[in-house]
Amino acid sequence: MKNQSIKNNIDWISVFIYTALVILGWLNIYSSSLLSTDGTYQKQLIFIGCTIPLIFIVLFVDGKFYEKYASIIFGVSLLSLAGLFLFGKTIAGQRCWYAIGSFTIQPSEFAKAATSLALAKYLSDTQINLKDVNRQVQALAIVFLPVLLILPQPDPGSALIYSIFIVVLYREGLPSWYVWTGFITILLFVLTLVLEPYAVILIALGVLIIIHFKGRAVDRNIILSGILLAIISAFVLSVDYVFDHIFKQHHRDRFNILLGKTVDMKGIGYNTNQSEIAIGSGGWIGKGFLEGTQTKGGFVPEQHTDYIFTTVGEEWGFAGSIVVIALFVGLLLRVIYLAERQKTKFSRVYGYCVAGILFTHFFVNIAMVIGIFPTIGVPLPFFSYGGSGLWGFTILLFIFLKMDANKVNEW
Amino acid sequence: MRKVLLPSLIIIAASLLVMRVFYLQIIDDSFKLKSDNNAIKKQYDYPERGYIYDRYGKLLVANQASYDIMVIPREIKEDLNVSEFCTLLNITKEDYDKRIAKAKVYSPRLPSVFLPQLNKSEFAAFQEKIRKYEGFYFQKRSLRDYEVDYGANIFGFITQVNERLIAKNPYYNSGDLIGQQGVEQNYEEVLRGIKGVKYIQKDKYNREIGSYKDGKYDTIAVAGEDINLTIDSELQKYGEELMINKRGGIVAIEPKSGEILALVTAPSYDPGILVGRQRSKNYTLLYHDSIAKPLYDRGLLAEYPPGSPFKILTGLVALQEGVINEQTTFMCHHGFSYGRGRFMKCHGFGPHQLHNGIYNSCNTYFAQAYMLTINKYANPAKAVDVWSNHIKSFGLGQFMGYDLPIGKRGNVPTSKTYKKIYPNGGWRSTTIVSNSIGQGEVLMTPIQLANMMATVANQGYYYTPHIIKKIEGKKIDPKFTEKHVTTIDQKYFPPVISGLFDVYNLGTARALRVEGIDICGKTGTAENFAKINGKRTQLKDHSIFVAFAPKDNPKIAIAIMIENGGFGATVAGPIASLMIEKYLRKKISRTDLEIRVLNKSLVSEYAKLGGMTAASAIESTPKDSVMKAKMLKQPKVEVKKVPLDTTQEN
Repeated sequence: MKNQSIKNNIDWISVFIYTALVILGWLNIYSSSLLSTDGTYQKQLIFIGCTIPLIFIVLFVDGKFYEKYASIIFGVSLLSLAGLFLFGKTIAGQRCWYAIGSFTIQPSEFAKAATSLALAKYLSDTQINLKDVNRQVQALAIVFLPVLLILPQPDPGSALIYSIFIVVLYREGLPSWYVWTGFITILLFVLTLVLEPYAVILIALGVLIIIHFKGRAVDRNIILSGILLAIISAFVLSVDYVFDHIFKQHHRDRFNILLGKTVDMKGIGYNTNQSEIAIGSGGWIGKGFLEGTQTKGGFVPEQHTDYIFTTVGEEWGFAGSIVVIALFVGLLLRVIYLAERQKTKFSRVYGYCVAGILFTHFFVNIAMVIGIFPTIGVPLPFFSYGGSGLWGFTILLFIFLKMDANKVNEW
Repeated sequence: MRKVLLPSLIIIAASLLVMRVFYLQIIDDSFKLKSDNNAIKKQYDYPERGYIYDRYGKLLVANQASYDIMVIPREIKEDLNVSEFCTLLNITKEDYDKRIAKAKVYSPRLPSVFLPQLNKSEFAAFQEKIRKYEGFYFQKRSLRDYEVDYGANIFGFITQVNERLIAKNPYYNSGDLIGQQGVEQNYEEVLRGIKGVKYIQKDKYNREIGSYKDGKYDTIAVAGEDINLTIDSELQKYGEELMINKRGGIVAIEPKSGEILALVTAPSYDPGILVGRQRSKNYTLLYHDSIAKPLYDRGLLAEYPPGSPFKILTGLVALQEGVINEQTTFMCHHGFSYGRGRFMKCHGFGPHQLHNGIYNSCNTYFAQAYMLTINKYANPAKAVDVWSNHIKSFGLGQFMGYDLPIGKRGNVPTSKTYKKIYPNGGWRSTTIVSNSIGQGEVLMTPIQLANMMATVANQGYYYTPHIIKKIEGKKIDPKFTEKHVTTIDQKYFPPVISGLFDVYNLGTARALRVEGIDICGKTGTAENFAKINGKRTQLKDHSIFVAFAPKDNPKIAIAIMIENGGFGATVAGPIASLMIEKYLRKKISRTDLEIRVLNKSLVSEYAKLGGMTAASAIESTPKDSVMKAKMLKQPKVEVKKVPLDTTQEN
């Protein structure tokens, strides 16, 4: 046996970045809740303290455990999500917490790791070929089961995260048209909101005509192009209809703010406006630790949770923002790099899931805070206040680090 | 290359975030300001404004406490006894409701002014009980307290800054007070001091949650400095009393220093009426009196052809240019013919030399002397410019640079002036001969006339007139101690002065002599016209008088202009004698003149123009009982009087 100890095999770069993010996160929570009296930063310190035994447990469980029990873990996770409908506690209109005494726990934060394990387990079967439509349906079913349970809580933020599994499946052989369809759907959706629907249809028509005449003669197929145009038109018109008639006003407003259409800065635009002011006033190097006037004044709502990045922006400025973004990008690329060098398909898929989930959180959260994404409740991993989130992300990451450290034993 | 998709997405997404963050934090700099508006409140500490004293140290303008009643609508208790509250503040129930409603509209949570600027006595009763009324408190402010009821035009007044000035000068914020007109404006920065500022961190409810950065940027207020004016307050007061029921201006200057001893304009107003709660009401009244114009400082702004006093300069220039000497004689036949059959009238007759030319104010003599001056040069344009330069060396035809914010240039014509009037040329000495007797294109203000007399008294130099005597702890502007020497040699002044002296012995001011004081002076009149019922009508001449005294070692030079006062010696002349005696002796021996002047009313003359209206009527009786006793009963003149609100006491 070669050196089997975790200490020598664990990826210390990832551990270092993780630690840095957690510490920076706590400093910013400390600053943003310094003047509040409900013990926010003290509690977060306890949560951080609890991650240490948690990490040890995750690391010292047998390496095969996760693969072996992936299905059971997934099942328990789904049960815990379903149980919310019976025993859940409603906070701010969302029924996504279990209350144990004064502490609350959010099962959807753990469901992501469970889903990743289940998906990895399913794909690691050598029989699986994602060119097969049945397999595609099964794989997607694993992803959409938890989404179906999370959406009605309602927690669209957490549900949104699961869309990244498409990219993971693509890495494992899902046909590329899934990705293209997803990409074009998003593009058409945004274009429809920005422009008039008929303008979008005209653009689509133009693009199709160009493709038709630029392409090789053998590929020309008037009927296919016609069907494509019909589908696009139907989609565009239905987006327009859904936006105007099905969406509630507060949904519309969230998009309208981004599109610069709504200017009510006291009402629905307040969050985004205040968070842009806080970040924008940071300048190159920020106002300094504990010196943020917006932070002290409590102008940004939910600053210690979803809007924690505003504290970074205000007190540490552009320099601090770059450091945080760079740490995240470093961790994500490191995890992908580690995933690619895994020897088993199971741990590779799982690693990809970890990178995908962290990436989606990172991007959606910061993009929302700086006003380029609609307001949606997604925490910033390792940064945002909250025990469930921190533990969920810690478990998610360290299971993978354990797998990575264990690979020397997989011969 | 399926492996590349996720890393690429990460890189693209991160670049997007960095670009947006860069835009927010570096490119768009509006957020810094928005953030400060959000979270930082500046609290100002206003220092006390400097006091104003006269030349002898008598206090003229001080400060008084005034009290704003403030309210935080949300904190008012339900069981507040409104009727008792209203009685204490002397307001009606409706007024109370209106003010509370207004405060609520501003903000129920933030303090706003409920009742502004109560004086001490108005506030006293309320002060004892203020603790009973939750939600109400008071804020002390400092207002001007005028110790005297004259000198309004000198002091100016205090008002709130306007938006235009706030945009121009970052020192001022909305609601700040600023000096306007007079020394309050001119010495604003000295008097006001520098306000202190405290930065306070606010939270999202606009509540104060402590000092910003532990007061690192806070500054302490610097108190305003006291100033002494060159004004002799007794002389100023006397001048204003003499001007009762007249319109015009008096300017007295100490020749040796250029210090302004008195600056009177009439009609004027009690400076105390522009303080406190009645300020805006009274100001509107003054502002809208477009006929008597109580806010118009005639001593500085009234531009007229100076008339006969200008002959002094005509004589001096002719002497300097060498075209006449003391013995040069011109014959006067109640005037003289010049040009093509034109005739200038004169009251004199017989041979005139410089000496009797001056005391008889002979038009013929000075017209001849002037024509010789112009004809000395082959080119009249050149000649006029030479003459013009001499005149300008007396500080005329230009802003004099004195330390008051308003003024007029007056006018001294040059060759350019005449090129404009006669674009085809052909003008000569005879064309412009009326300049010689101060009736042509020449225009002067009373302060310029006074300065001219000061220059003659000094025999050829003057100091820029100024009103600042001393600034606590600072030097006054060095330009006021800089001697301006005229282009006229000193030796030409004594003969002219001797002529001016004999105006009092042999000339037009014989009746105005003051025993024991050698006064040199000169009468004058200025024609004027006004539109009455749409017709251009010639009104009674403006009365002008200039003088200085004593003849040797002069201590005061003075110019007086009385609108529609007629011949200079009837109204303006006696005022000059009285002012000079008052200044030099502090008491009056010519009580006959005093009574004559005090009871001389030109109200009926002014009534032709539309009559004195409310604001100017406030000065129609002296407040001083001694002076009051000297005034006889005035004949009733139909004047519409609106009672002025002068509740503000001081």
